[in-house]
Amino acid sequence: MSEQPESAPLVEAPADTVKGEVVLRLTDVVKTFPGVRALDGVQLEVRAGEVHCLLGQNGAGKSTLIKVLAGVHRPDSGLVQWRGEPVAFANPQAAMRAGIATIYQELDLVEDLSVAENAFLGHEPRGFGFIRRGQMARRTRQILGRLGHAEIPPNRMVRALPAAGKQVVSMARALSHEARLIIMDEPSAVLAHDEVGNLFRIIRELTAQGIAVIYISHRLEEIREIGDRVTVLKDGRTTAANLSARDTPTRDLVSRMTGRSIEYVFPDRPDDSEVGAELLQVEGLTRAGEFADVSLTVRAGEIVGIAGLVGSGRSELLETIYGARRAESGTVRMSGRALRPGSVGAAVKAGLGMAPEERKSQALLLGEPIYRNVTLATFGRYARFGFTDATREQAEADRVAESLEMRPRDVRRAVRTLSGGNQQKVVVGRWLLGGTKLLLLDEPTRGVDVGARAELYQVIRQLAAEGVGVLLVSSEVPEVLGLADRVLVMREGRVVRTAPAAELDEDTVLDLVMAGSLEVTA
Amino acid sequence: MSDGPSTTTQLPAQSAPVDPAATEAAGGRAATPGSAGRLSWWHGDGGEGARRNLALIGVLVVLFVIGAATRSDLYSNPDWVWANMLIILKLASVAGVVTVGMTFVIIGGGIDLSVGAIVALAGVWSTTVATQSFGAGGMIFTAIVVGLAVGLVNGTLIAYGRLVPFIATLAMLVAARGLAAEISDKQTQISQNTTINGIASTNLLGIPLLVYILAAVVAAGWVLLNRTTFGRRTVAVGGNPEAARLAGIDVKRHTLMLYGLSGLCCGIAAIMLTAQATSAQAGMANLYELDAIAAVIIGGTLLSGGRGTIIGSLLGVIIFATITNLFAINGLSVEAQNMVKGGIIVAAVLIQQVQFGTLSQFFRRNRLTTG
Repeated sequence: MSEQPESAPLVEAPADTVKGEVVLRLTDVVKTFPGVRALDGVQLEVRAGEVHCLLGQNGAGKSTLIKVLAGVHRPDSGLVQWRGEPVAFANPQAAMRAGIATIYQELDLVEDLSVAENAFLGHEPRGFGFIRRGQMARRTRQILGRLGHAEIPPNRMVRALPAAGKQVVSMARALSHEARLIIMDEPSAVLAHDEVGNLFRIIRELTAQGIAVIYISHRLEEIREIGDRVTVLKDGRTTAANLSARDTPTRDLVSRMTGRSIEYVFPDRPDDSEVGAELLQVEGLTRAGEFADVSLTVRAGEIVGIAGLVGSGRSELLETIYGARRAESGTVRMSGRALRPGSVGAAVKAGLGMAPEERKSQALLLGEPIYRNVTLATFGRYARFGFTDATREQAEADRVAESLEMRPRDVRRAVRTLSGGNQQKVVVGRWLLGGTKLLLLDEPTRGVDVGARAELYQVIRQLAAEGVGVLLVSSEVPEVLGLADRVLVMREGRVVRTAPAAELDEDTVLDLVMAGSLEVTA
Repeated sequence: MSDGPSTTTQLPAQSAPVDPAATEAAGGRAATPGSAGRLSWWHGDGGEGARRNLALIGVLVVLFVIGAATRSDLYSNPDWVWANMLIILKLASVAGVVTVGMTFVIIGGGIDLSVGAIVALAGVWSTTVATQSFGAGGMIFTAIVVGLAVGLVNGTLIAYGRLVPFIATLAMLVAARGLAAEISDKQTQISQNTTINGIASTNLLGIPLLVYILAAVVAAGWVLLNRTTFGRRTVAVGGNPEAARLAGIDVKRHTLMLYGLSGLCCGIAAIMLTAQATSAQAGMANLYELDAIAAVIIGGTLLSGGRGTIIGSLLGVIIFATITNLFAINGLSVEAQNMVKGGIIVAAVLIQQVQFGTLSQFFRRNRLTTG
């Protein structure tokens, strides 16, 4: 699929940028905010036609750097050279006009406008004050063709597209601006495994046309696959520039990101896994269109992982066990006692806790202090006669923050000010209080940097060692295999395989999860 | 849970020795945590809210100065100034009680357009000949029960009937005034009860009883919002209902209770207003919903829920009452007064947006720099 589409490309590959020529160079760029030195001497060099990866933990300054390039922020000092000329973009429109397009993690599309209207938002082809809808649709179709997605109708509402389709529209918007540099902020975070391959195909087509791509991801394996060179940021500084994306040892990359020499490690699985009695028993759980006839058990002290694609019904299953959705049939039992269907309160009382998939929209009160988020499920238990005990809550939250190495440690700060990894610690930390017996984790490490991941894994393993049962859902197969004792593979709403993690390898699971073998063992 | 939280907390012991102060807190009550520090008594209503409230007090000072400048003859007499302040507070008392309930509803993510109508219905119901025969206690009981009941009907429709709050309470506005007109047969019902009427005319230590009632309701509201699980649930339900639900909070039941609380406040206000007028009729408390919502907004409560203060709402009500008073002592028309009030609402919301805008921008910039 690397050949050019039939229709004449709307944007010619810029003639003056041959692959290899430097299009963007940053020298000693500094950006400070009140109290924070977000960028503290960044060096970056991006060549035409390359995929340049930016690596760095949450808080390393990647997002600030992107915003400087996108014209959202202006650097305090340092030099930004775009195609040889020093530039200072006054606003995002100026950056766009210069040929730098940014695709943010939260796609900034208007859901109720069509694909074409989104692609040309703000620079619609006009004539006599009217939008030339025909021309706009035709050019959108050409661009989509270039991206290998001619099947997306330009007049379809963006709301009706899946996440991967929306991302394609974002890229179409970048191409409609004749971008020479496209910045992608964690584009794979919203995609399922099979869709990432498609994203990479698109990126390769873009770079083949001489367009430079700055690619940001937490997943090292993606960087290895798609990246050409890597620049590593730590605490707002460039700690390594222009490393080879393929050949640099993981240990080197991680140590430059963290300053520590840690691997992407999973805690040891205890050999004599002293799993206790059956804690959670799910039988024949069904919700039409989401999942059917799911039976599973989790023992005390056991970590059970669910592998499956986005849309395989895994998140819905977790929410149903938790009572956030009502099962159509089937039962959920905790320690032998049936839970009232559709009641989160009953589930929490029985000792269940859940860290949902979408941190911000499903789990956090962003404007409220850390401690109130940590005690959101337990403040009633610390209360006396209905009066809350903020001092006690802060003490408990402080203890959680300390044991999870939450940063910053001041539990009175608003959760909004935390990085993604630390926000996730708040969500998980909530269930370390108040006697949770079974923890449901839905994508616990999404958007969490490598260092914080290892810490989270350690926390989860430690909880299990203390007798808590864990049911874990993750899109990342190595995570499920590395962390869980037992793995359930889900496909299209059904459990297609249950086996000890030690008996499975990544290829087997991916095979089951995707096309799948016919072997069905429930 | 049968076992207390202290015995069931599970924390990974892999790192970080547990703060001894925290352990003590887990065993007994309220030791001061190491790094968290001791709380100021006003925490919760503090921080940004406190700064905003200072700004509102500044507005009151400005209004006072305007009054002093335009009627220096009156303001030169300290006794008159004191008496006038009491008049303002008395003027603010009924709306203030309604506004406390409204503040809870709005922080909880809702809106209650029916408060004026509930006041009218509760006032009319408590002054029927039959109710008055039970004496002052019966009248107060009736007003409060009617207010609470109507509020709970609102809450049921919204929480369990899934009606949009705006529509449910708009319907109640129309229906409750209709019922009030039906009960009163469109007549003004005179309150014959001297105890009730005395509520408005009694002074204690030189301060009107109505002002004490307002102070009591505001104090109770502040404690409820900032110191109780009810208040915490209100902020959670308004700030992120999904997060609240997934944390095990019964969002529907809490929503029901919020509208019940608003209705309860309306019942109290109905008695106060009936006492002031020594009568009740179906048209009383007209447009109170708008005054209350405006006061809440001026007070800095987010209309989208999740953040707000009781003190701010109180200051909002007092600012409105002061403007009314300012126009009255200068002999200006009610129409001009309403135009100024409209302008103040717009100004307050604009200021709020600017503040919130710059703040959220600040946080967005710094979100990834604090890890």
